Amino acid sequence: MAGKTLIELRGLEKTYRLGGGLAVPVLRGIDMTIREGTLLALMGPSGGGKSTLMNILGFLDVPTGGQYLLDGRDVTTLSANARADLRNARIGFVFQNFNLLARTSALKNVLMPLEYAKRRKGAREERAWAESLLRRVGLGDRMEYQPSQMSGGQQQRVAIARALVNRPRILFADEPTGNLDSKTSEEVLRMFQELNEQEGLTIVLVTHSPEVGAFAKEAYHIKDGRIVGGTYTEK
Amino acid sequence: MILAQLLSALVSLRRNVLRSLLTMLGIVIGVAVVITMMEIGAGASDSIKSSISNMGTNVMMIWPWATQTAGISSGSGGAVTLTEGDCAAIRAECLSVEAVTPSLSRRGIQAIAGNRNWTPFTVYSGNEDYFTVQSWGSPESGRYFTAREVDVAACVCVIGQTVRRELFPGEEAVGRDLRLNNVLFRVIGVLPTKGANMMGMDQDDTVVVPWTTMRNRLSRSGGSATGASGSTSSSSTESDTSDVYPASSATTYPEQDSVQAENYLLPVRFNNINQITVSAKTPEQVPDAIAQITEVLRRRHKIGPGEADDFVIRDMSEMLKTMTATSGLMTSLLLIVAMLSLVVGGVGIMNIMLVSVTERTREIGLRMAVGARGARILWQFLTESVLLCLLGGLAGIGVGRLASVVIAHVLGWPVRVSLGAILLSAGVSAAIGVVFGFYPAWRASRLNPIDALRHE
Repeated sequence: MAGKTLIELRGLEKTYRLGGGLAVPVLRGIDMTIREGTLLALMGPSGGGKSTLMNILGFLDVPTGGQYLLDGRDVTTLSANARADLRNARIGFVFQNFNLLARTSALKNVLMPLEYAKRRKGAREERAWAESLLRRVGLGDRMEYQPSQMSGGQQQRVAIARALVNRPRILFADEPTGNLDSKTSEEVLRMFQELNEQEGLTIVLVTHSPEVGAFAKEAYHIKDGRIVGGTYTEK
Repeated sequence: MILAQLLSALVSLRRNVLRSLLTMLGIVIGVAVVITMMEIGAGASDSIKSSISNMGTNVMMIWPWATQTAGISSGSGGAVTLTEGDCAAIRAECLSVEAVTPSLSRRGIQAIAGNRNWTPFTVYSGNEDYFTVQSWGSPESGRYFTAREVDVAACVCVIGQTVRRELFPGEEAVGRDLRLNNVLFRVIGVLPTKGANMMGMDQDDTVVVPWTTMRNRLSRSGGSATGASGSTSSSSTESDTSDVYPASSATTYPEQDSVQAENYLLPVRFNNINQITVSAKTPEQVPDAIAQITEVLRRRHKIGPGEADDFVIRDMSEMLKTMTATSGLMTSLLLIVAMLSLVVGGVGIMNIMLVSVTERTREIGLRMAVGARGARILWQFLTESVLLCLLGGLAGIGVGRLASVVIAHVLGWPVRVSLGAILLSAGVSAAIGVVFGFYPAWRASRLNPIDALRHE
């Protein structure tokens, strides 16, 4: 599974400044390499900094120290607009609470990120692509359903299709099974595995549960802002 | 791109139809009030303008100025310096002047026809141009008097509608005779209906005679307008004199020859005219006409440079200004009230947009997470509020038009469609959308995507 290096972190730090000048260090020097085609789990207790790390990796947040290299390019300090463009072109997100647009059909939800794409294709082509993604996640017969008419598992699968619509290099999933029962959890996680194996998509799972972590190829344990251990399992 | 944005704004407005409609209501009412007020205002100022121009906005009146005897001033009109020659000179030399007529008027003259009698409010007199100057238009029946009839002081008259109704009810008036102060006049024409003037005086309650006839036959005492009904002025034997004195000008005094005119100061003569009425070609030419008349009269009256005029010219322009200013003031006042209601509507829009931003914080966070720049979020919400305001504005224009049509029908107020008002309120409502939508949209665009995504 030796893919080339996609992301490299060197001594990454994040310190929040609260009112009154109180500094709260959340990440205290993270060194990490994410290779292309991996299925990685960031694990650890809540408050340990794994969500913060994911936010920085996903360009939702900026580090206060250290270096972040994407494809060998230093992306540590980018403007908000540059980060927005990067998110749109390279990154897909799957959230714990799905975050679908209410009263909007599954198909429209999947199409939404394309509104902000730099290079647009024709409406017909975009629609065909979104439909194929929905079929891919097993919702070919639910395209016009609205989120309120779907189960949690189905909603999360719509969210996965949405994360894939702009052909990202890397997919971040923040506690993707946190709101799902164990059976649908497994379905969703199997889907991540499938995507990883069949498409070679790089996926980063953020979770506190060892069961979820067990689906990953490799895992980092993060506690108190440091990497305290890693498990590497070949699957 | 813009179309897509409008479409998506429309979609998100449709997600909460009732709230969007209620939000729009403020703008709808504001714009409707603006439209209705502007249309009523425009109609009112139209009707004021037309009633003034009915009175003759292009009309000027020339009076002699005061004279002083032993230090006692007679007041305006006391001097008797205007002559028939002034009249002719003004007509000949002033380019901006349309028509000129001497004016004499008297009140309290009883008119008798058969077994009926009526005292017209005013008996006016003038030359053949009188009807042009006073913008009477063409006679309802019969004709107006001619220059020749004026020259010979013919006993002919044109009567107003009120007089016709009182003296000849339900009968043909033209060709009938009536007596004024025991002088027999033939009715040659009937004036069209003009109604009351702005002072509330019935302009149809009048008899118009040639000014020479008025001076020579109705008021022997000369230019005095204080008309005790002149019982001594004429005897009944003088009636029907137009046949007795044909074609010769009724001149009381011998004319001055040119040498006399050069050598002597203007003599006070008893047949001078106490008022000249002049109409300019258009209301805009009134100031030119006044300047030209002033020049002619100063020369004719031998007034040296630096000396004061011995006459005074009055025009309606002040009155016109006052009236239009009054109606303009009313319109602006109403407009300010309407604008205030638009501002209140705008605050409503801002309120709802802020609520909407808060409510959709997670959506904003999501859109940012999938790569929307802050500017796009700003535009999205700005488009929504502008669309909301524009739709409200359009509905308001419809409601306003409807309201003014209803007002025009039910209350009978004059109303004029004002394109300016429609454009203005469309522009203002879009501007309100921008102004009051900007802050919420700006707040939305400044949200931190991480916090926004976690927002409950």
